[in-house]
Amino acid sequence: MPYDHESIPPTPITSVPSDQFLKTGSWRTFRPVIDRDKCIKCFICWKFCPDVSVRVKDEDSYPEIDYEFCKGCGICARECPKDAIDMVLEV
Amino acid sequence: MRKVITGNHATAYGAKLSRPGVISAYPITPQTTIVEHIADFIADGELSCEFVKVESEHSAMAACISAQNTGARTFTATSAHGLALMHEMLMWAAAGRLPIVMVNVNRAMGPPWSIWADHLDSVAQRDTGWMQVYCEDNQEILDTTIMSFKVGESRDVLMPTMIAEDAFYLSHTVEPVDIPDQEDVDAFLPPYDPPFKLDVDDPKGFGSLVMPNNYMEFRYLMKLALDRARERIVEVDREFEEAFGRSHGGLVDLYRCEDAEYLIVAVGTTSSTVREVVDQLRSEGEKVGLARIRVFRPFPVDEVRAMVRGVKGVAVLDRVYSFGAFGPFYTELIAALYGQDERPVIKDYLVGIGGRDVRSKHIRDIYSNLKAVTRDGLDSETEWIDLNRPGGGA
Ligand code: SF4
Ligand code: SF4
Repeated sequence: MPYDHESIPPTPITSVPSDQFLKTGSWRTFRPVIDRDKCIKCFICWKFCPDVSVRVKDEDSYPEIDYEFCKGCGICARECPKDAIDMVLEV
Repeated sequence: MRKVITGNHATAYGAKLSRPGVISAYPITPQTTIVEHIADFIADGELSCEFVKVESEHSAMAACISAQNTGARTFTATSAHGLALMHEMLMWAAAGRLPIVMVNVNRAMGPPWSIWADHLDSVAQRDTGWMQVYCEDNQEILDTTIMSFKVGESRDVLMPTMIAEDAFYLSHTVEPVDIPDQEDVDAFLPPYDPPFKLDVDDPKGFGSLVMPNNYMEFRYLMKLALDRARERIVEVDREFEEAFGRSHGGLVDLYRCEDAEYLIVAVGTTSSTVREVVDQLRSEGEKVGLARIRVFRPFPVDEVRAMVRGVKGVAVLDRVYSFGAFGPFYTELIAALYGQDERPVIKDYLVGIGGRDVRSKHIRDIYSNLKAVTRDGLDSETEWIDLNRPGGGA
């Protein structure tokens, strides 16, 4: 969303991992969907996601995708050792 | 304490008195002795500061940017090709809103290889967002270094400053300089208190990508910052005068301009020669004054408009030329005056390029020419002074 000059800091300052100025979720053509039956919670997807969009609550939970920022690059699906991530065409 | 020191030594004192947390610089003639004096201060325990040694000026500015982002006050110094190598990082410092202070010893760009005074190096960095202050003497360099931290660090400015001193005329020439007491400088310049900084307990990303729907607003903020800096520079100059008893003229330093019919606009050390010639001409009954453009960015638009009111002719002395156009100070002056109802005749004189001496004889010739073109109309917009002509004629 566009901001006016009175509601922005002097230089882009973003908290980690989210970025208020660039919600990259709108770029997505394919959406990663995790199949929990196949997932072994190795968190390799979390390690590889370039947009810090794979969120891990704790080691016992399944990873979750933050679709506001996931830009659909497919790296997580490619790196998953169990083929547990499907890239599904957005409609 | 008064000492007889070079401009470079005065620069080092100005930096030291400002208590920077980090200095990073790479030596280049004629700036080298600034770095040497600072290294001496640190080695002798007179200055407690981190000095980061680097392999280039690009890295020096990158180190300053990183250090300033952690909340440290930083300082650097360079010259000519070193400044050119910093170009990318200069943009980053300004848009990162980091009030770094740098002294640039104005030196000609090669080829032909040269180490002498010329304003192309700093003028070529005009659009980076840095403030630019051109000094006339060694005292001014020391004082401006302290003042520039105060101006730049103002919460409503947050922009870096480049202080320009002419190679050799200032960098290597000794003059009596008053070195203020540390406690007086401490009272004038409080510690740097940035509104944002890198903090491991509250991690943030700085300078990230924004899309076209948000980019312009960040540039608009920089425009507002430099507009406000115009007022801050004048205010801080006044505060400095109250504290230390001397002013350097704010944005434009006017000398004998009341009732002047002609103005000679000069920048840096050429101004001292013009000052002398103005005194001579005044004693001969001529109504002429010197307008020394001290601050090039932000450009003193209102001051320039005010100073030409009632003036018939203006000579601009440019120690730099923008190839394919005119001298840059002339261009800026013309741009500021174009919309005014009454405009004087204005002519651009290229002087002292690459450190050629500008003598009082040249200034007197320029003044005679200015009077003639004001009376008879311009012969040309620009004239190169003291150029070696084919056949040896002037
Ligand atoms: S890489 Fe695949 S298996 Fe590993 S946590 Fe991510 S989805 Fe699960
Ligand atoms: S598709 Fe790309 S951006 Fe989205 S979660 Fe996977 S790795 Fe991250």
